[in-house]
Amino acid sequence: MSENLSAFAYLIASVCFIMALRGLSSPVTARRGNLLGMAGMTIAIVTTLASPGVMSFTMILIGMLIGGAIGTVVALKIKMTALPELVAAFHSLVGLAAVLVAAAAYYEPQAYGIGVAGNIPIGSLIEMSIGTVIGAVTFTGSIIAFAKLQGTMSGAPVVFAGQHALNALLGLLLFGLIFWFVGDQNAGLFWMIVLLSCLMGVLIIIPIGGADMPVVISMLNSYSGWAACGIGFTLSNPALIVTGALVGSSGAILSYIMCKGMNRSFISVILGGFGTENGGPAAGGEDGDKTVRRGSAADAAFIMKNAGSVIIVPGYGMAVAQAQHALREMCDMLKAEGIKVSYAIHPVAGRMPGHMNVLLAEANVPYDEVFELDSINRDFPSADVAFVIGANDVTNPVAKTDPDSPIYGMPILDVENAGTVLFVKRSLSPGYAGVDNVLFYRDSTMMLFGDAKAMCEGIVNAMDAM
Amino acid sequence: MATDKVIEGAADLANNAKALAAQAEALMAQVNQLAGQLASQAQQSGGGDSFVFFVMIFVLSCFVGYYVVWSVTPALHSPLMSLTNAISSVIIVGALIAAGPADLSLAKVFGFFAVILASVNIFGGFIVSQRMLSMFKKKTN
Repeated sequence: MSENLSAFAYLIASVCFIMALRGLSSPVTARRGNLLGMAGMTIAIVTTLASPGVMSFTMILIGMLIGGAIGTVVALKIKMTALPELVAAFHSLVGLAAVLVAAAAYYEPQAYGIGVAGNIPIGSLIEMSIGTVIGAVTFTGSIIAFAKLQGTMSGAPVVFAGQHALNALLGLLLFGLIFWFVGDQNAGLFWMIVLLSCLMGVLIIIPIGGADMPVVISMLNSYSGWAACGIGFTLSNPALIVTGALVGSSGAILSYIMCKGMNRSFISVILGGFGTENGGPAAGGEDGDKTVRRGSAADAAFIMKNAGSVIIVPGYGMAVAQAQHALREMCDMLKAEGIKVSYAIHPVAGRMPGHMNVLLAEANVPYDEVFELDSINRDFPSADVAFVIGANDVTNPVAKTDPDSPIYGMPILDVENAGTVLFVKRSLSPGYAGVDNVLFYRDSTMMLFGDAKAMCEGIVNAMDAM
Repeated sequence: MATDKVIEGAADLANNAKALAAQAEALMAQVNQLAGQLASQAQQSGGGDSFVFFVMIFVLSCFVGYYVVWSVTPALHSPLMSLTNAISSVIIVGALIAAGPADLSLAKVFGFFAVILASVNIFGGFIVSQRMLSMFKKKTN
């Protein structure tokens, strides 16, 4: 394939990727978008296979078969609640692939048209180093994120004295190494850069707590894009540069949205440690009259059956308890009674952006019954019941009233405006931010203690019996 | 007598060939070095322009990405992540070039493993996105 023709094919692939993301603007066009993404990937791969440098196909075929089989099986088997872990694991693979491609370019630069081994142009060396560093950081950082999400590693932030100083020092050291490597082109230096970047990846993610995971995942998503971009510059491949930039900006925007959803600055998330220093109850004044109204499944069933409209507020607790199907069953019964049911999703509900929407969709909840924070908040005053299942911090009015609270300024779902608030929770324990929810102690609130799934099933049975 | 002369001649010839080989090797090294210098010069002079060109592509793509991603509905942010994850595996093109040469080398091994990793991502990413997207349904009544 001539150089111009392949450049043109890469352009088409890039356009396909842009259209794929554009398709996600609505669930109606999203599937077509995904197919366009596949088409773009096929074009990019075929174009590369047709280039003169690729002469033997056995290893490539074997590699694609092995990888493809693993990817297919994992993607078909994975539970939707484990989506964040899956995405984190996938990010780490992109990072490692970037490092491997950079290493191949370093050992066999002729194949990529960037000089000969031991005599690579300075520009390419710098690009290669940047791609390697970001790739390696993405690799180990995503592994840590995966371990934290999976529960193999505690979600609590790991902090120690001098942590930020150590990171800064390692960062400077990394800069020095790259400088040295660019001048010397030594293989040992290359691998030292890889190792140091891997270490950096671990150190960057360990101080970030479980509550900030949506930001971390988006951030690593962004990194994996920038790594692809860096490699794209090394290889002078426009398709890689365009795609890397698309993915990089996508991850950056998602991180921004998540940070805004928690009213935290990106810097404070990166510095980490959130969720430790505020371990004690922050609302100290009202310890005296802390009585809660407990209710049973039958009480909840009675209240909801007599309501005109119900708004469901799902949170991570629903995902943990796998309660989405039982919840939908409950809502179907309510709808059969002529009660209006809608769902309210907070931007940071769940462990990754949009996680709740996927779980509800999995349970066959139509997407036009599911609303984002901005569009549903005005409906709470007219709702008779707000049914909060597995969410806490995102409903806490303290975020509006108490400037000293760690969650002050965070946009919340105004469930307090609903006639009755039902909280399905296992205990009174505060949420991730370590803040007590004042709503628990209001007269209009009823606490339904228990497992979210069991509670929904209990309510369904109680409604059946009525 | 004659055999002695032949042997001597053969030895001479062998020596000559050895010297020639050494010379050729030295020449090869020189050519190699020159090629490297040429490549780096090309990068600095003519190639410098192509760097600027790629930076332009990069910056424009960032803008495209910015506007396209903001138009994505929040309900589909999870599929957005898995889809971007799948397309960022276009890094496989670099892996294919590394795994492509006919003879085995360290670079080819790296390329082979990179092909595996990127393929996991491509297949996994697209399939899981498709699975998610096929679940989003409108109200049926």
